[in-house]
Amino acid sequence: MDYFIELFCSGLTRGAIYALIALGYTMVYGIIGLINFAHGEIYMIGAFTAFIVATVLSIYGFPLAAIVVVTGISAAIWSSAYGYTVEKIAYKPLRNAPRLTPLISAIGMSILLQNYVLLAQTSDFLPFPELIPEFAFMEPVAHIIGSSDLVILVTTAISMLLLTLFIKFTRLGKAMRATAQDKTMALLVGINVDRVISATFIVGSLLAAIGGLLIASHIGQINFAIGFIAGIKAFTAAVLGGIGSIPGAVLGSLILGLTESFATGYVSSDYEDVFAFSLLVLILIFKPSGLLGRANIGKV
Amino acid sequence: MTMISRQDVKRSLLVSLWFVFLSFPIMVIQVNPVERTVVWRWSNMLTVAVASFLLSLLVRVWLFRQEKRLVQVQLSPSPQPSIFHDLLKQQKFRYPLVIAGSVIVLAFPLLFSSYQANIMTTALMYIVLGLGLNIVVGLAGLLDLGYVAFYAVGAYSYALLNLHFDLGFWAALPVGGLLAALFGVLLGFPVLRLRGDYLAIVTLGFGEIIRLILENWSAFSKGPSGISNIPRPGFFGVEMSLDQAMTFMYYLMLGLLAATIFVVNRLQDSRLGRAWVALREDETACQAMGIDKAGTKLIAFALGAFWAGLIGVIFAAKTTFVNPASFTFMESAIILSIVVLGGMGSITGVIFGALILILLPEYLRPLSEYRMLAFGAILVAMMIFKPEGFITGSRRVYRFQAQKNSPILKDDE
Repeated sequence: MDYFIELFCSGLTRGAIYALIALGYTMVYGIIGLINFAHGEIYMIGAFTAFIVATVLSIYGFPLAAIVVVTGISAAIWSSAYGYTVEKIAYKPLRNAPRLTPLISAIGMSILLQNYVLLAQTSDFLPFPELIPEFAFMEPVAHIIGSSDLVILVTTAISMLLLTLFIKFTRLGKAMRATAQDKTMALLVGINVDRVISATFIVGSLLAAIGGLLIASHIGQINFAIGFIAGIKAFTAAVLGGIGSIPGAVLGSLILGLTESFATGYVSSDYEDVFAFSLLVLILIFKPSGLLGRANIGKV
Repeated sequence: MTMISRQDVKRSLLVSLWFVFLSFPIMVIQVNPVERTVVWRWSNMLTVAVASFLLSLLVRVWLFRQEKRLVQVQLSPSPQPSIFHDLLKQQKFRYPLVIAGSVIVLAFPLLFSSYQANIMTTALMYIVLGLGLNIVVGLAGLLDLGYVAFYAVGAYSYALLNLHFDLGFWAALPVGGLLAALFGVLLGFPVLRLRGDYLAIVTLGFGEIIRLILENWSAFSKGPSGISNIPRPGFFGVEMSLDQAMTFMYYLMLGLLAATIFVVNRLQDSRLGRAWVALREDETACQAMGIDKAGTKLIAFALGAFWAGLIGVIFAAKTTFVNPASFTFMESAIILSIVVLGGMGSITGVIFGALILILLPEYLRPLSEYRMLAFGAILVAMMIFKPEGFITGSRRVYRFQAQKNSPILKDDE
């Protein structure tokens, strides 16, 4: 039973990380109908920035609390900046192009960013400094759930709450929902759609940066290629829950995380990714609109 | 009115400043977490500043000229096709060009070393792969990001059939192609209902599944260490030295390429080819015209996969070794860039794209580490500045041409 609970907890942690990345996909898709292929790379850059800042600070001997705060803030700033720039360079000029064009541009951006980090930094796996200490009060349950799992779950829950409040009640959040519903109409009622799109990319990148920071300190090592597979899986989660739907992305992520965790625990860890992709293929065959997504009925 | 105004310079400076900020942690700081040292690479910052400033100015100049050209086009209604396109169109140039090209291609292994011929063989393989993917992406408009899976199926089917049943190259060639086509149909069935971008992700997932299975199912595929000692193709039992085998490989590839070009060319103008183009342009309208959407898509997948399978077999025979590392997503991305760069739907374009993307990095070995970086940049830049590729696939246009002595024309005049 302990093993089951342990797998359940690690599945939840995985799911939480996927959710943080999947939200970026789903929000962007909801607004401009584009699969932002480079989103996984934004997550990777968030993790890398966090790694660089945290290591520099720890070398210069700053206290842990200061390191955590500065690292978190700089990862968020730089990820958002990259997300914003990627949108401006690779997607904005293609707003009215055929569907395939921005998708290929996004793939190009993903390859570009990966190799940029590879060339500017290194291709080796780098040890990520320990940012989350072992809490004393977690000791009785430490064999089931670790301190970092707890931090990930709590941080994710808070982020989700803030995001919901932001989308529901702020001016910008309302503008986002309006733009997602009908871009032309949003323009007509005076919403600056370009700014809303930029804001969406920034918010998505911010969440991805949080995810990057959390997973890097959880796993303890990073590499330039981590964004690709994480991005694909988060996208799988977003599709699973119904792309464009924010609660759907969270639900899909948790299901994917749990599936992977149980598959790894009870079957074999070698086929973890195969399970994820098979789940994606199956979902798309039987329910292309996802669990909570709206069916897209084409009208002529 | 000058080309670059002061405001342009100011804006470019701002852009440059932004990129300096953006690239600061990753370009400037290099930490060594084991020895706990930090290296500040300030020279990189200068490079980024200068490069982004110049690039930004360049884009501004381009935009300025584009605007000017747009005005000119509006003034004079005749569009100006590219010089290259013009050159190919004129009969006077066409035949000498084709003849000169084929003489060079045919005599290539005699003129150059076997090393060069080997590189050229690789380029020819990528041309055929590009032509195969072109059927799926360029003609039928189905974005396939897992094309390399079929290439892997071909390569592994030869490697495994040879290992277990001692099957020769010539017998494995059609088997590999057909097996890949079968996988194409297998992939095609579930994704029939999906639209462009979903399709892209599922095909990508499919490609990854195939690679992961090859990597992890060691009992079947020998895992990451791969299968070695795959025999090269024979020619009626003639004993060949390594050099001769390479030359033979080259001509074999050339023959296959010629056959592929012939088939693809005929396909394009066939009923099926036109159905593909119709499918690409508008699925709903295409269905309304009575085209069997499912069948047409499946055939596109199967045919595209067939060529990938053939090349897979040849790849296994050429390198005499296969392992899963040769079939990553990057390989799919390279083949896709060949199609996109050359111009989707155009045979000349694919040949052109493959030659550039495969030969350029081979001859620029010192710059090879920048290869993938350049790939990414080129893909983005192409989509923004020239989404139709270098050579656009020309659609056959049926135009009513009145004969000189026809009575209709007289009325017209």
